[in-house]
Amino acid sequence: MVVGSAMDIVKHCGVARYCYSDFPLGNPCGKPGNKVMQLAIIKQALGLFESAEAPNYTERTAHSWSEDDSWREGYAKIDDSNREELRLRGEARRAEQAANKAAGCSRSAMIAES
Amino acid sequence: MAASDTPFIANDIPYMERTRKFYRAQGYESDYVWAHFPTTPFIQPSKPLQESRVVAITTSMPDTELGRSNRTVYSNPIKPQPQSMYTEELSWDKKATHTNDIASFLPLEQLEALATEGFIGSVSPRFHCLPTEFSQKNTLEKDAPEILTRCQEDKVDLAILVPL
Repeated sequence: MVVGSAMDIVKHCGVARYCYSDFPLGNPCGKPGNKVMQLAIIKQALGLFESAEAPNYTERTAHSWSEDDSWREGYAKIDDSNREELRLRGEARRAEQAANKAAGCSRSAMIAES
Repeated sequence: MAASDTPFIANDIPYMERTRKFYRAQGYESDYVWAHFPTTPFIQPSKPLQESRVVAITTSMPDTELGRSNRTVYSNPIKPQPQSMYTEELSWDKKATHTNDIASFLPLEQLEALATEGFIGSVSPRFHCLPTEFSQKNTLEKDAPEILTRCQEDKVDLAILVPL
Protein backbone atom coordinates (compact mmCIF):
# COMPACT_ATOMS: atom_id res chain seq x y z
CA MET A 1 0.00 0.00 0.00
CA VAL A 2 1.36 3.39 -0.98
CA VAL A 3 0.05 6.70 0.33
CA GLY A 4 1.46 9.43 -1.85
CA SER A 5 1.15 12.41 -4.11
CA ALA A 6 2.69 12.54 -7.64
CA MET A 7 0.19 10.19 -9.21
CA ASP A 8 1.99 10.04 -12.55
CA ILE A 9 5.14 8.63 -10.93
CA VAL A 10 3.36 6.08 -8.74
CA LYS A 11 1.22 4.89 -11.68
CA HIS A 12 4.31 4.63 -13.90
CA CYS A 13 5.93 2.35 -11.33
CA GLY A 14 2.83 0.35 -10.46
CA VAL A 15 1.88 -0.53 -6.88
CA ALA A 16 -0.56 -2.99 -5.36
CA ARG A 17 -2.76 -0.35 -3.70
CA TYR A 18 -2.50 3.41 -3.93
CA CYS A 19 -4.16 6.13 -1.86
CA TYR A 20 -3.58 9.37 -3.75
CA SER A 21 -3.34 12.76 -2.03
CA ASP A 22 -3.51 15.70 -4.41
CA PHE A 23 -1.27 17.78 -2.16
CA PRO A 24 2.11 19.46 -2.52
CA LEU A 25 4.87 16.85 -2.22
CA GLY A 26 5.76 16.40 1.44
CA ASN A 27 2.49 15.77 3.26
CA PRO A 28 0.64 12.86 1.62
CA CYS A 29 -0.79 11.81 4.99
CA GLY A 30 -2.55 15.14 5.49
CA LYS A 31 -1.90 18.80 6.09
CA PRO A 32 0.56 19.58 8.89
CA GLY A 33 -1.34 20.12 12.12
CA ASN A 34 -4.67 18.82 10.80
CA LYS A 35 -5.03 15.69 12.93
CA VAL A 36 -8.60 14.98 11.80
CA MET A 37 -7.55 14.95 8.13
CA GLN A 38 -4.43 12.89 8.87
CA LEU A 39 -6.45 10.21 10.62
CA ALA A 40 -9.11 10.15 7.89
CA ILE A 41 -6.52 9.66 5.13
CA ILE A 42 -4.82 6.73 6.85
CA LYS A 43 -8.19 5.16 7.64
CA GLN A 44 -9.17 5.46 3.96
CA ALA A 45 -5.80 4.01 2.92
CA LEU A 46 -6.17 1.00 5.20
CA GLY A 47 -9.63 0.43 3.76
CA LEU A 48 -7.97 -0.34 0.42
CA PHE A 49 -6.68 -3.57 1.94
CA GLU A 50 -10.31 -4.68 2.03
CA SER A 51 -11.64 -3.11 -1.17
CA ALA A 52 -8.84 -3.71 -3.70
CA GLU A 53 -9.14 -6.89 -5.73
CA ALA A 54 -6.47 -6.24 -8.34
CA PRO A 55 -3.10 -4.44 -8.52
CA ASN A 56 -2.85 -0.71 -9.16
CA TYR A 57 -6.12 -0.16 -7.33
CA THR A 58 -6.25 3.58 -6.66
CA GLU A 59 -8.41 5.89 -4.61
CA ARG A 60 -8.19 9.66 -4.53
CA THR A 61 -8.74 11.26 -1.11
CA ALA A 62 -11.59 13.74 -0.85
CA HIS A 63 -9.39 16.38 0.76
CA SER A 64 -8.07 19.47 -0.96
CA TRP A 65 -4.99 21.46 -0.02
CA SER A 66 -6.51 24.92 -0.33
CA GLU A 67 -9.08 26.86 -2.27
CA ASP A 68 -6.21 28.67 -3.95
CA ASP A 69 -4.48 26.48 -6.57
CA SER A 70 -1.36 28.64 -6.90
CA TRP A 71 0.77 26.03 -5.08
CA ARG A 72 0.54 23.84 -8.19
CA GLU A 73 2.76 26.19 -10.17
CA GLY A 74 5.75 26.41 -7.84
CA TYR A 75 7.32 22.95 -7.87
CA ALA A 76 10.42 22.67 -10.10
CA LYS A 77 9.54 25.96 -11.73
CA ILE A 78 12.01 27.26 -14.32
CA ASP A 79 11.99 30.87 -15.42
CA ASP A 80 14.43 33.71 -16.05
CA SER A 81 14.82 34.29 -12.32
CA ASN A 82 16.50 30.92 -11.68
CA ARG A 83 17.83 29.66 -15.04
CA GLU A 84 21.44 30.62 -14.35
CA GLU A 85 21.27 29.41 -10.76
CA LEU A 86 20.07 26.00 -11.98
CA ARG A 87 22.89 25.74 -14.51
CA LEU A 88 25.45 26.48 -11.81
CA ARG A 89 23.76 24.08 -9.40
CA GLY A 90 24.03 21.31 -11.98
CA GLU A 91 27.73 21.98 -12.49
CA ALA A 92 28.36 21.89 -8.73
CA ARG A 93 26.31 18.75 -8.38
CA ARG A 94 28.23 16.91 -11.09
CA ALA A 95 31.51 17.88 -9.45
CA GLU A 96 30.21 16.53 -6.14
CA GLN A 97 29.07 13.29 -7.78
CA ALA A 98 32.48 12.84 -9.40
CA ALA A 99 34.20 13.40 -6.04
CA ASN A 100 31.89 10.91 -4.32
CA LYS A 101 32.57 8.35 -7.01
CA ALA A 102 36.33 8.87 -6.72
CA ALA A 103 36.01 8.43 -2.95
CA GLY A 104 34.30 5.08 -3.47
CA CYS A 105 30.73 6.07 -2.49
CA SER A 106 28.31 3.63 -4.09
CA ARG A 107 25.22 5.66 -3.18
CA SER A 108 24.61 9.27 -4.05
CA ALA A 109 21.79 11.43 -2.76
CA MET A 110 18.90 12.36 -4.99
CA ILE A 111 18.59 15.86 -6.36
CA ALA A 112 15.94 17.95 -4.67
CA GLU A 113 13.77 19.64 -7.30
CA SER A 114 12.92 22.62 -5.19
CA MET B 1 -13.93 -5.43 -8.79
CA ALA B 2 -11.22 -4.49 -11.26
CA ALA B 3 -8.51 -1.94 -10.51
CA SER B 4 -10.27 1.33 -9.89
CA ASP B 5 -10.30 3.90 -12.61
CA THR B 6 -8.85 6.96 -10.92
CA PRO B 7 -7.53 8.82 -13.94
CA PHE B 8 -4.92 11.52 -14.06
CA ILE B 9 -6.87 14.75 -14.49
CA ALA B 10 -5.86 18.12 -15.85
CA ASN B 11 -5.38 19.63 -12.43
CA ASP B 12 -2.94 16.90 -11.28
CA ILE B 13 0.66 18.02 -11.51
CA PRO B 14 2.79 16.37 -14.25
CA TYR B 15 5.79 15.70 -12.01
CA MET B 16 7.67 13.53 -14.50
CA GLU B 17 7.53 16.18 -17.20
CA ARG B 18 8.55 18.92 -14.78
CA THR B 19 11.40 16.85 -13.41
CA ARG B 20 12.75 16.10 -16.89
CA LYS B 21 12.81 19.81 -17.68
CA PHE B 22 14.37 20.62 -14.32
CA TYR B 23 17.24 18.18 -14.85
CA ARG B 24 17.82 19.50 -18.37
CA ALA B 25 17.97 23.04 -16.97
CA GLN B 26 20.79 21.82 -14.74
CA GLY B 27 22.73 20.56 -17.73
CA TYR B 28 21.98 16.86 -17.44
CA GLU B 29 21.93 15.20 -20.84
CA SER B 30 20.06 12.07 -19.83
CA ASP B 31 16.55 12.10 -18.43
CA TYR B 32 15.87 10.54 -15.07
CA VAL B 33 14.62 6.97 -15.38
CA TRP B 34 11.77 6.13 -13.02
CA ALA B 35 11.14 2.58 -11.91
CA HIS B 36 8.66 0.81 -14.16
CA PHE B 37 7.50 -2.79 -14.15
CA PRO B 38 5.35 -4.68 -16.65
CA THR B 39 3.47 -6.43 -13.86
CA THR B 40 2.63 -5.53 -10.27
CA PRO B 41 2.63 -8.15 -7.51
CA PHE B 42 -0.65 -8.39 -5.60
CA ILE B 43 -1.98 -10.65 -2.89
CA GLN B 44 -5.02 -10.38 -0.67
CA PRO B 45 -4.49 -9.96 3.09
CA SER B 46 -4.69 -13.20 5.03
CA LYS B 47 -6.49 -11.61 7.99
CA PRO B 48 -9.12 -8.93 8.53
CA LEU B 49 -7.82 -5.45 9.35
CA GLN B 50 -8.96 -5.80 12.95
CA GLU B 51 -6.51 -8.66 13.44
CA SER B 52 -3.63 -7.32 11.35
CA ARG B 53 -0.34 -5.80 12.43
CA VAL B 54 0.57 -2.76 10.31
CA VAL B 55 4.00 -1.25 9.69
CA ALA B 56 4.91 2.21 8.39
CA ILE B 57 7.80 2.64 5.94
CA THR B 58 9.18 6.07 5.08
CA THR B 59 11.81 7.43 2.71
CA SER B 60 12.82 10.03 5.28
CA MET B 61 15.88 9.30 7.39
CA PRO B 62 16.35 9.48 11.18
CA ASP B 63 17.10 13.03 12.28
CA THR B 64 20.43 12.05 13.81
CA GLU B 65 24.04 12.65 12.83
CA LEU B 66 24.18 9.15 11.35
CA GLY B 67 20.82 9.45 9.58
CA ARG B 68 21.83 12.76 8.03
CA SER B 69 25.12 11.47 6.69
CA ASN B 70 24.62 7.79 5.95
CA ARG B 71 21.76 6.87 3.63
CA THR B 72 20.84 3.27 4.35
CA VAL B 73 18.01 1.22 5.84
CA TYR B 74 17.17 2.19 9.41
CA SER B 75 14.64 0.70 11.81
CA ASN B 76 13.44 2.61 14.82
CA PRO B 77 11.06 1.84 17.67
CA ILE B 78 7.66 3.53 17.34
CA LYS B 79 7.81 4.54 21.00
CA PRO B 80 8.73 7.17 21.80
CA GLN B 81 7.65 8.60 18.46
CA PRO B 82 10.33 10.73 16.82
CA GLN B 83 9.72 14.47 16.98
CA SER B 84 11.39 15.05 13.62
CA MET B 85 12.76 13.19 10.60
CA TYR B 86 15.53 14.23 8.20
CA THR B 87 13.89 15.19 4.89
CA GLU B 88 16.10 17.96 3.58
CA GLU B 89 17.62 15.97 0.69
CA LEU B 90 14.24 14.73 -0.53
CA SER B 91 12.21 16.27 -3.33
CA TRP B 92 9.24 17.68 -1.49
CA ASP B 93 7.71 21.05 -2.25
CA LYS B 94 9.76 23.38 -0.09
CA LYS B 95 7.93 26.43 -1.42
CA ALA B 96 4.42 25.24 -0.57
CA THR B 97 4.79 23.33 2.69
CA HIS B 98 7.08 21.91 5.39
CA THR B 99 7.77 18.57 7.07
CA ASN B 100 7.81 19.71 10.68
CA ASP B 101 4.74 17.62 11.56
CA ILE B 102 5.89 14.05 11.00
CA ALA B 103 2.33 12.71 11.04
CA SER B 104 1.87 14.48 7.70
CA PHE B 105 4.22 11.94 6.06
CA LEU B 106 4.91 9.19 8.62
CA PRO B 107 1.60 7.90 10.04
CA LEU B 108 2.72 6.50 13.40
CA GLU B 109 0.31 8.65 15.37
CA GLN B 110 -2.61 7.65 13.15
CA LEU B 111 -1.79 3.93 13.29
CA GLU B 112 -1.50 4.09 17.06
CA ALA B 113 -4.93 5.75 17.30
CA LEU B 114 -6.48 3.23 14.91
CA ALA B 115 -5.03 0.33 16.91
CA THR B 116 -6.47 1.82 20.11
CA GLU B 117 -9.93 2.05 18.57
CA GLY B 118 -9.68 -1.50 17.21
CA PHE B 119 -9.73 -0.54 13.50
CA ILE B 120 -6.45 -2.46 13.09
CA GLY B 121 -5.00 -5.19 15.29
CA SER B 122 -1.69 -3.58 16.24
CA VAL B 123 1.20 -1.46 15.05
CA SER B 124 4.59 -2.97 14.32
CA PRO B 125 6.99 -2.15 17.18
CA ARG B 126 9.42 -0.70 14.63
CA PHE B 127 9.05 1.52 11.59
CA HIS B 128 11.57 1.47 8.73
CA CYS B 129 13.46 4.08 6.73
CA LEU B 130 14.13 3.27 3.07
CA PRO B 131 16.68 5.49 1.29
CA THR B 132 15.66 6.93 -2.08
CA GLU B 133 18.16 5.90 -4.72
CA PHE B 134 19.24 6.54 -8.27
CA SER B 135 20.19 2.87 -8.24
CA GLN B 136 17.08 0.72 -8.60
CA LYS B 137 19.39 -2.26 -8.09
CA ASN B 138 20.23 -1.10 -4.55
CA THR B 139 16.53 -0.73 -3.73
CA LEU B 140 15.44 -4.01 -5.32
CA GLU B 141 18.30 -6.25 -4.30
CA LYS B 142 19.47 -4.80 -0.97
CA ASP B 143 17.12 -2.41 0.78
CA ALA B 144 13.68 -3.86 0.01
CA PRO B 145 14.66 -7.46 0.92
CA GLU B 146 16.24 -6.16 4.15
CA ILE B 147 13.03 -4.36 5.11
CA LEU B 148 10.99 -7.44 4.23
CA THR B 149 13.15 -9.53 6.57
CA ARG B 150 12.68 -7.02 9.38
CA CYS B 151 8.91 -6.93 8.82
CA GLN B 152 8.79 -10.72 8.99
CA GLU B 153 10.80 -10.62 12.24
CA ASP B 154 8.13 -8.30 13.64
CA LYS B 155 5.28 -10.51 12.36
CA VAL B 156 3.86 -7.71 10.23
CA ASP B 157 0.77 -8.42 8.09
CA LEU B 158 0.33 -5.14 6.19
CA ALA B 159 2.69 -2.34 5.13
CA ILE B 160 2.05 1.32 4.36
CA LEU B 161 4.84 2.94 2.36
CA VAL B 162 4.80 6.73 2.26
CA PRO B 163 7.41 7.97 -0.22
CA LEU B 164 8.64 11.56 -0.14
